[in-house]
Amino acid sequence: MTSITDQAVPAPGRRSIRDEMIVFAVMTAVLLVVPLTGVYPYFVMQGLCFALLACAFNLLIGYGGLLSFGHAMFLGTAGYITAHALKVWGLAPELGIVIGTLGAAALGVVTGLVAIRRQGIYFAMITLALSQLLYFVYLQTPFTHGEDGIQGIPQGKLFGLIDLSEPVTLYYVILAGFLFGFLVIYRAINSPFGEVLKAIRENEPRAISLGYKTDHFKLMAFILSATLAGFAGSLKVFVAQNASLTDVHWTMSGEIVLMTLVGGLGTVFGPVVGAFVIIAMQQYLAGFGQWVTVIQGVIFVTCVLTFRRGVVGEIAHYFKRSL
Amino acid sequence: MQALLAQLLVGLINGSFYALLSLGLAVIFGMLNIINFAHGAVYMMGAFCAYFLLNVMGIGYWPALIVAPIAVGIFGMILERTMIQWLAGLDHLYGLLLTFGLALIIQGVFQNYFGSSGLPYAIPPELQGGMNLGFMFLPIYRGWVVVCSLVVCFATWYLIERTSLGANLRAATENPTLVRAFGINVPRMITLTYGLGVGLAALAGVLSAPINQVRPQMGADLIIVVFAVVVIGGMGSIMGSIITGFALGVVEGLTKYFYPEASNTVVFVLMVLVLLVKPSGLTGRTT
Repeated sequence: MTSITDQAVPAPGRRSIRDEMIVFAVMTAVLLVVPLTGVYPYFVMQGLCFALLACAFNLLIGYGGLLSFGHAMFLGTAGYITAHALKVWGLAPELGIVIGTLGAAALGVVTGLVAIRRQGIYFAMITLALSQLLYFVYLQTPFTHGEDGIQGIPQGKLFGLIDLSEPVTLYYVILAGFLFGFLVIYRAINSPFGEVLKAIRENEPRAISLGYKTDHFKLMAFILSATLAGFAGSLKVFVAQNASLTDVHWTMSGEIVLMTLVGGLGTVFGPVVGAFVIIAMQQYLAGFGQWVTVIQGVIFVTCVLTFRRGVVGEIAHYFKRSL
Repeated sequence: MQALLAQLLVGLINGSFYALLSLGLAVIFGMLNIINFAHGAVYMMGAFCAYFLLNVMGIGYWPALIVAPIAVGIFGMILERTMIQWLAGLDHLYGLLLTFGLALIIQGVFQNYFGSSGLPYAIPPELQGGMNLGFMFLPIYRGWVVVCSLVVCFATWYLIERTSLGANLRAATENPTLVRAFGINVPRMITLTYGLGVGLAALAGVLSAPINQVRPQMGADLIIVVFAVVVIGGMGSIMGSIITGFALGVVEGLTKYFYPEASNTVVFVLMVLVLLVKPSGLTGRTT
């Protein structure tokens, strides 16, 4: 059986780590100068939040072989908590982010404990069902304001000093958050923990026979992924200044999968590229209205049928490097 | 009491749809090892097909009950031959992703042409009105849906578990290479199976057209509930998915009576509980 990621990832080596360092430096440099180029910053900030979200999702599928079809629930839950904390409780931005991220982590513990009991497509269906359960809960509970969502969230001053309502300042704060999350993931996949995850992805029974408690590792990966997805959701509140049901609906989970698939499942930089491709597409194809869904579907089908490595995966494969 | 019985009936009707849809999913999963994410979309196509047959070609409900599933089933077979077939031997997750993409395309196209609002489809004259059963009033069409679904479910079960065609089918799931060596055209069988599963979904769509409004989104949210039903039932047996489908519809109906706030979520909550106790599902084989 061909595993879902083995098209993408050659064995890591010293050379590939050097390559990844170079690409990381280039990516950081480009992102640092973006505000100077006059590109619409809102678009790039949104892209950064989704890039982090896709990276967190990719940690599970790319390294643990677990396809979560409900990752929107972490994005949305953290978003709602942060939005509520800022608007109703009047908390400082940093506290709002911490509470939102912790909320997603707690949700990750609960849903992870349920979901990792099954594998493969069942895992995907369970995560999807759990996120739909939460969708209905958020539709009915008063604090989310149902269909209206939480609007007009104050951005406030980070640590009482940094004014987040200033777009360029906000951009660098979001960028810092993205880079932090990205490095956490990068560190995790290159640690002994990441190696065990890859072993589980390749051959779970063998990992068990080697004495690893694979459920434990899968759960840790799930919680880490949920936490970082939540972190992305909390950051996104400052960009969009609202939290709504769209972020919890299962179509959002599908978009996260699409981003990662386009960029390259199981590659380090793929999800970032994929997130920007999809966000750009939605931005520039907005004139097509509903046809955007159809175009996304076509991309999905094309990727699965002919382009399974994704953009970054294809490049990495061509140069025989891991990226 | 009246309200309780009414909710029970609604539950049975929803259960009929759950059973037909999860049965189709189980049939497809058995042969193709694919969770057909496009199942909600083909259900919707079934309903639209009935709508077209009536309003464009003047073909009424009864022929539509046969024509629509066949038409949509052929559409499904074309999908299988042109796309799904190429995923054989790859990770099952690719099948899920491909059919998800197909669902987006189908739904998107219908949404572009019909918007999001619903189109009405009249109940056929023979099935209008209701019957007074003494203890409750039974709208005839609703009773018909339950009976029709039961009959179709049983026929499918009989076809797969009790006929030689079904025996070939089950053998091909176990060991396709060996069955091929006996001179049976397994790829054609796979295509027909996909068509059968899709046809069952389309039939559910036709049945639901007079009850629910015909709209592009009608399958999208239903399919996730059906996924939860499948997780609870476990896809182990054909009979298992039929019984689980009906049972969960009834449970949902009861919840609507006793605690309406939870009626949207009760199936998902049940799924969590079942997973905690028996991860392989009620009738499932362990994977």
